[in-house]
Amino acid sequence: MNGEDFVTFSLTPLLIGSLAALACALPGNFLVLRRQALLGDAISHVVLPGIVLAFLVTGTISTWPMLLGSAAAAVVAVVLIEAIRRFGRIEPGAAMGVVFTAMFAAGILALEQSDTSGVHLDVEHALFGNLESLIWLDATGWASLVDPVALAGLPPELFRISLVTVIIGLCLAVFWRPLAISTFDEGFARTLGLPVRAIGLGIVIVSALAAVAAFDAVGSIIVIAMFICPPAAARLMTNRLGAQVAWSAAFALIAATLGFTLSGSGPAWLGSEHAVSAAGMVGTVAGMILACAALFGPARN
Amino acid sequence: MLRDALTFQLGYNATLVTVAAVLLGIAAGVTGTFLFLRKRALVSDAIAHATLPGIGLAFIALTLSGLDGRHLPGLLAGSAITAMSGLFAVQWLSSRTRLSEDAAIGAVLSAYFSLGIVLLTVIQTMSTGQQAGLESFLLGSTAGMLLSDAILIALGGLLVVALVFLFRRPMSLVSFDPGFASTSGVRLDRIDLTMMGLVLGVTVVGLKVVGLILIVALLIIPPVTARLWTNRVELVVVLSGAFGGIAAWLGASLSASAPDLPTGPLIVLVSFCAFAVSMAFAPRRGLLSSFVRHRRFQTGVHLRQGLLALAQGQPIYEPLTIRLLKARGFARADGMPTREGTIRAARAFRDEKRWEVARATPELELAAALYDGLTQIEDVLTTDQIAEIDRRMGPPEAVQ
Repeated sequence: MNGEDFVTFSLTPLLIGSLAALACALPGNFLVLRRQALLGDAISHVVLPGIVLAFLVTGTISTWPMLLGSAAAAVVAVVLIEAIRRFGRIEPGAAMGVVFTAMFAAGILALEQSDTSGVHLDVEHALFGNLESLIWLDATGWASLVDPVALAGLPPELFRISLVTVIIGLCLAVFWRPLAISTFDEGFARTLGLPVRAIGLGIVIVSALAAVAAFDAVGSIIVIAMFICPPAAARLMTNRLGAQVAWSAAFALIAATLGFTLSGSGPAWLGSEHAVSAAGMVGTVAGMILACAALFGPARN
Repeated sequence: MLRDALTFQLGYNATLVTVAAVLLGIAAGVTGTFLFLRKRALVSDAIAHATLPGIGLAFIALTLSGLDGRHLPGLLAGSAITAMSGLFAVQWLSSRTRLSEDAAIGAVLSAYFSLGIVLLTVIQTMSTGQQAGLESFLLGSTAGMLLSDAILIALGGLLVVALVFLFRRPMSLVSFDPGFASTSGVRLDRIDLTMMGLVLGVTVVGLKVVGLILIVALLIIPPVTARLWTNRVELVVVLSGAFGGIAAWLGASLSASAPDLPTGPLIVLVSFCAFAVSMAFAPRRGLLSSFVRHRRFQTGVHLRQGLLALAQGQPIYEPLTIRLLKARGFARADGMPTREGTIRAARAFRDEKRWEVARATPELELAAALYDGLTQIEDVLTTDQIAEIDRRMGPPEAVQ
């Protein structure tokens, strides 16, 4: 593949995939440490009804209603889970299972019932995303990176996911100490006067933000895989939080780039001319990284 | 049309599918109860997602050996194999590494599902000259199901129900009290494995009807619903099976009665409706009963504190207390006690004093622990004991 084709067809999906992976893996560290890993799973499922609702209300596929709709769905899900857990005295895993399956089912039903034939909105797109289609048609080569006309034609997903990744990175940097203390020793954090509940809610909200933005670009598989696999693998590499976050970011980037490359070029090496699902390949690579870390990671026990 | 569907009048195939769904619903409800009581409900999510690569691999293997890739028994066998490996991966990750079970579940779920998606795209590009239609396993599809497939699913559902019935005793024992079960000679790991095997069976049988993303709902929602109604294990099991079966029957019938109504989501939504109603109205754990209980407690505390204040001649400032006292005719609007109120206040004051003495008496320690500011001491102690307390308190003093 020459430089021209690379910039047009691979650069933007690669960037978007990497940023999405990073945006999910960073908050994922705290979800894994706080034993809330499956919240990422739940949030990525309830994004679908949010998006369908936004479509039914506005009648179009536009970004902001969808982001708002899915963020609202994530908040509703978290509130419902908490209510069932508290009032029904049901353990959190089961409460989560009740809420996200029911909301997902409602989303599917609404999707099947409404006329979405004219727009690009279907279940498979929601699940797998379409990383391969996020190409930069206006690019003619590396020179386009400094060409304002071509830059205007960049896929809008790139800006959104960049913005969200920067926001998440900033939140992490600013609130690092309270986050770390309340994650490892909530009792101690409370005696220090830290707002423990607000911190917990903040992590959920940041995760929802990451899930929604990444979902918009790459589909829910990458979201779930990146919330859990890189942080879990990183946890098996080190005992220090800072190092763990760094490892997880590295793993997320490796999974995104290697997965995307393999999905495009891998079949060609095997003599097939068709590419396989990029989102699926990224998730698969993330799983393999975790498997390696579980077998050989220095801090695996 | 709906009535026809509900009474199994929509032709042989649709009837068989509905029967299969009902059997599946019962099996899932009962199996799911044990899973839920063991606090491992979401392990089923990992198992369900881990079926996808198996379906893909089985399709590829069948096609490469010159057979029809859509052969359902073959696909289900393939899905069972990878689901089992996914289950072992969860067990291994959570027992042999420092990762907690929820992280292991999430990791296995996403990695296996991703691999499955890769295999599905590989299959799309294989030039077999036929539509694989494997996407139908994601969300289930009962439309146009072959008769042989419907029979297979119904038999599978029947088999799981029979197995659940066979293993119900050891599984109830283990989920109710694992510690007691293991000291009384039950092999915990074997029963756990049996339980997971049944979950796997339900998942595989349910793939075609409900789909792998939503099958966990059948395993989780009915047990949670049943749990809201009762504290007894055997009742939870029976109720959960009933809820699961009824939801499957209503959902499958609704879905058969009109186009564009997918079976899986409808069964899940019917199930969730039953849950929502239970959450609102169930005794003890329901929202309504929680609210009533809270109000009753609040009223009790306010009345008691109000009467104690009246007895000691203290002013009452809390408007709710005055309102409650007034409504019962114990006080006037200005907070002064009525004749009835004076009597009740003296009685409450005596009760409080008796509790005070009881709590200071070592022999009455156990009974005194029941003090909550509401319970009458007459309900806890015998007449003799109260007489003894009164003797220690001495004669009543004149009220100032």
